[in-house]
Amino acid sequence: MDRAPHLLELEHLTTCFRSDQGELPAVDDVSWYVDKGEIVAIVGESGSGKTVSCLSILNLASQDGSAAISGSIRLEGRELVGLSPAELQKVRGKEIGMIFQEPMTSLNPVFTVGGQIDETLRAHTDLTRAERKKRIIELLELVGIPEAARRAKCYPHELSGGMKQRVMIAMALSCSPKILIADEPTTALDVTIQAQVLNLLRQLRDRLGMSIIIVTHDLGVVANFAERVIVMYAGCIVEQGSTRAVLKNPRHWYTKGLLASIPRLSAQKGVELTVIPGNVPDISEMPAGCRFCTRCGHAQPLCREQRPPMTELGGGHGAACWACAAGEGEAHE
Amino acid sequence: MSNQKVPLIQAEHVVKHFPVKGGIIPRNVDSVKAVNDVSLEIYPGETFGLVGESGCGKSTLGNILLGLERPTGGKVLYNGTDVYRCGRAARKKLRQEIQVVFQDPYESLNPRMMVGELVAEGLNIRGGMSGEEKHRRVLDMLEQVGLNPEHYNRYPHEFSGGQRQRIGIARALIVEPKFIICDEPVSALDVSVQAQILNLLSGLQKKYHMTYLFIAHGLNVVKYLSDRIGVMYLGQLVEVADSQELFRSPRHPYTQALLRAIPDVDRVDGRLPETLSGDVPSPLALPEGCLFHPRCGQCTEKCKTVRPELRQVGSTLVRCHLCGGS
Repeated sequence: MDRAPHLLELEHLTTCFRSDQGELPAVDDVSWYVDKGEIVAIVGESGSGKTVSCLSILNLASQDGSAAISGSIRLEGRELVGLSPAELQKVRGKEIGMIFQEPMTSLNPVFTVGGQIDETLRAHTDLTRAERKKRIIELLELVGIPEAARRAKCYPHELSGGMKQRVMIAMALSCSPKILIADEPTTALDVTIQAQVLNLLRQLRDRLGMSIIIVTHDLGVVANFAERVIVMYAGCIVEQGSTRAVLKNPRHWYTKGLLASIPRLSAQKGVELTVIPGNVPDISEMPAGCRFCTRCGHAQPLCREQRPPMTELGGGHGAACWACAAGEGEAHE
Repeated sequence: MSNQKVPLIQAEHVVKHFPVKGGIIPRNVDSVKAVNDVSLEIYPGETFGLVGESGCGKSTLGNILLGLERPTGGKVLYNGTDVYRCGRAARKKLRQEIQVVFQDPYESLNPRMMVGELVAEGLNIRGGMSGEEKHRRVLDMLEQVGLNPEHYNRYPHEFSGGQRQRIGIARALIVEPKFIICDEPVSALDVSVQAQILNLLSGLQKKYHMTYLFIAHGLNVVKYLSDRIGVMYLGQLVEVADSQELFRSPRHPYTQALLRAIPDVDRVDGRLPETLSGDVPSPLALPEGCLFHPRCGQCTEKCKTVRPELRQVGSTLVRCHLCGGS
């Protein structure tokens, strides 16, 4: 625990949304970190809190202040929770870049893509107009857009989905951030374009040495792209560790269920898929103990009463499951 | 193999072009070539999977087979009846026998109707059934798709995505159809719920001996359900093969690229899926020759000028000049 500080470290982060039913924790007491140059995936189903925990880092979880963030978020040792909006503004875009799921709706349709990248450069750098123009073309070339000088003058509707996502990436990279948060960057794209974007992100990481946090629901993307993975369920982390450890030797029943429910390419037709019964519980009616206990076939009375602690299983692999805490469910690779 | 069998549904050289209007006085200036000469046959009891990237015309083709979108050229035969050239009575019968499950369970259910009414709609249209009988049938159907009788009086917004898709399936099945078009039925759902719906679709098919056309962009999902698979690119079928065969030895370069691009959960060696360069060309201006040639790594001079036909190679049909033409 007393190693060099991590690049980004979240401790006991809780993000609550105010609503008619009181304060509802969309993210409940999660702790994780990212090191320099690492690709970390946060995976979970809709409503698991994976996006909210990333938005909380930049205090973007709500526009009207209805989200209350508590806990600690440290970037290179500097506390981000409680920073003034003006100070956070400097972090956003400059030190942490973000790209979103829908490249179609994240770009402003009435400005050229070059102009939109320029906006970020004007806000965060002292470059002259000519320097910025050069930088925009460099950035577009960096993300593999052919005829960058011409494309900088295009409006978003003139570009395909994959190209728009490349523009988003160029924009996020414009100030050479230390961390790039990619929220479902390929979900809206076709598989062949998804492969292009993932390859691009990996190349950029190798070249620029930044860290990438990728939020996704696709375990295939996690397996092939990420080095470490954090599995979230209903606002909590249920399992984390190296991609290999978590996917090849899952220890939490949720992770196991999720992996089993994916139709494999190797599967025979008509063989019934393993199913996780039921649905994710509503945020206002979370069970008291382990949040997965309502859908878990192995739940014990203890699971329904107390929240399981994150049990360290070696090599940074951990699972929040009472069965692991009791030393059951050993490796069976 | 299935040469002696009579196809349930048959598309013959189906073409669909959507006009694009332009100019001060709007007139047709161009057309989106959504479906370009597709012929396919689907046999009773089988599941035919249709895969392709967005904009390849797979949903348009589905709508044409469903009888919703009149093709610009070619014809669709259902059990020998031409879907677009038949009388009222015949069309009414077709509407019952061919049903559809849509992609987005949030937008395909009327928010002002209760589940019971939504599911009973098909029976109301068919008519000739007492209220009591209808009620009984709806309750039975709800049970079949894994919903409870108390859901009868609820509204769609009270349900999760997976449950809404179950309602959509109940709506389609209530009129005892023979042929169901599933247009991306699970792509809006979470992984754990997706498996529930796939199992349900597969179970119901076995029980009622229905024929499915399963449209999806997720190849693993298509593989799980389909007997045969057709791969579409820019409005054309580029390969049609037995499901196992397609995955074991894909023949068309596009199919090969598509298969290589899928991220594989079981491979954690840090290798990324391989890429296919470029984007799908605009369906407004189709390339000359083979539609895939601008992105194909094995493109020859012939590919640039001559459009290949769908040919039988082994047990598969493939539209490529380079695939073992003997």
